[in-house]
Amino acid sequence: MLEIKDLHAEIDGKQILNGLSLNVNAGEVHAIMGPNGAGKSTLAYVLGGRPGYEVTGGSVTFAGEDLLDMDPHERAAAGLFLGFQYPVEIPGVSNVQFLREALNAQRQAREEEPLSGGEFLKHAKEQAALLKLDMEMLKRQVNVGFSGGEKKRAEMVQMGILDPKLAVLDETDSGLDIDALKTVGNGINAIMRKPDKGVLLITHYQRLLDYVKPDFVHILSQGRIVKTGDAELSQRLEAEGYDAVMAEAA
Amino acid sequence: MSEAIILPTRKDEAWRYSNTDALAGMDLGTFDQWRDIDVAEGEIFRDTIVIADEGDAVSDATELRRLRINVRKNATCEIFGVIASGRLGRVEMVVLVEEGGHFEFGGVTLGGRDTTREFVTRIAHDHPNATSNQVVRGVHWGQGTGNFLGRIDVARDAQKVDAKQDFKGLLLEKGASVNSVPQLEIYADDVKCAHGATVGQLDEQARYYMAARGLPPETARKLLVRAFLGDAFVALEDEEESERLMDVALGKLDKHL
Repeated sequence: MLEIKDLHAEIDGKQILNGLSLNVNAGEVHAIMGPNGAGKSTLAYVLGGRPGYEVTGGSVTFAGEDLLDMDPHERAAAGLFLGFQYPVEIPGVSNVQFLREALNAQRQAREEEPLSGGEFLKHAKEQAALLKLDMEMLKRQVNVGFSGGEKKRAEMVQMGILDPKLAVLDETDSGLDIDALKTVGNGINAIMRKPDKGVLLITHYQRLLDYVKPDFVHILSQGRIVKTGDAELSQRLEAEGYDAVMAEAA
Repeated sequence: MSEAIILPTRKDEAWRYSNTDALAGMDLGTFDQWRDIDVAEGEIFRDTIVIADEGDAVSDATELRRLRINVRKNATCEIFGVIASGRLGRVEMVVLVEEGGHFEFGGVTLGGRDTTREFVTRIAHDHPNATSNQVVRGVHWGQGTGNFLGRIDVARDAQKVDAKQDFKGLLLEKGASVNSVPQLEIYADDVKCAHGATVGQLDEQARYYMAARGLPPETARKLLVRAFLGDAFVALEDEEESERLMDVALGKLDKHL
């Protein structure tokens, strides 16, 4: 589904990714862990096509197509969802309006029929319920006045509504209390734990992985993957720390 | 015989950011024509002013609309407007608000190329306990200019007057500009007068966030501009009319970006 080969990328002339390679197949959940500054968020933004992140080498193929050749909105329509570490507030635009326009723009790009207002609301209600987010919140302006935890749950409601093939979730667990963590974890499983979907969870901590069990855990350091293992690796990281586990990899 | 009309220049305070050259092209017979609106005691009056292209044509004709408004005791006058055509499109309002009266104004200017679009208001609060609220939003691109010149005079005996004006400009391209000139002349001591003005560009973070959810750039921009302009029509209770004004404004945006 996603093939990243020898990816190099920089911001403001500073090299951040140094030959990162990774394959995510349909039906798999991959976790990327790593210390601060390893390039975790940069990987997410490069995949999402954020302006300012320049790819200087390597390739990324998504569902058989050259991902790096697509504009950000085309990547979304192709089935990529980027969960933001810091979801953005959009004053004056309601969640319902935003997401309906976004979903229908994606559907149009895929030559599918748009959803009517009624169909959309029914669909949105189901996803909101899954994440225990009050439907009233979705009528409010995008992320405006939402707490940190509400923003992250709203982010997962967006994912449920847009129903992507691949979710790249950048520190979705940050800012969540224990109950919200469980709700978000269950939401990710319900929406994305399917044979035709893939997940790339970018996280600093083990705790979200208690709910969303990864098939593979990768350690990212200095812009490349230095060690790959199964769920047990993330537990060792939590117990022993990055330094100890990475020293062993070196 | 009518006297010869002396056209204003940019030295005139009320024409400071205008395009006075564009006046030469207009029908000067209409230059001194004022529309009088008299809102009787206790009445509510609402009107909309639209200066915009007809259909797909682009109108460069200079358009000047001048209104003299008397808001009598305990009356309310609400004016909502869009200026989206004309090399110069200009709406002037001279408003007198009597005791207990309220004047509400929501205006939007849009334009690119080398156009100038402006609202110029002068509100005389000669009487106590009266209120006024003005919200103007300008969206400009190319070499376009949007102006809001708002003068408020509060007379010595006009206690308890509450007069507000709020302007925000959104510049979509380098080269566009907006000007806001609040001018408050206050001679009463127990009044509230507030004014605010800001200028900005489209929020790049919001644009990227919207793109990441699948919205093409034009759609994202339209949603953001709609949200920005919405403030000007918040006080317009007639939703259909509000949508109509918004459609005129966004239609202009579609055409010239």
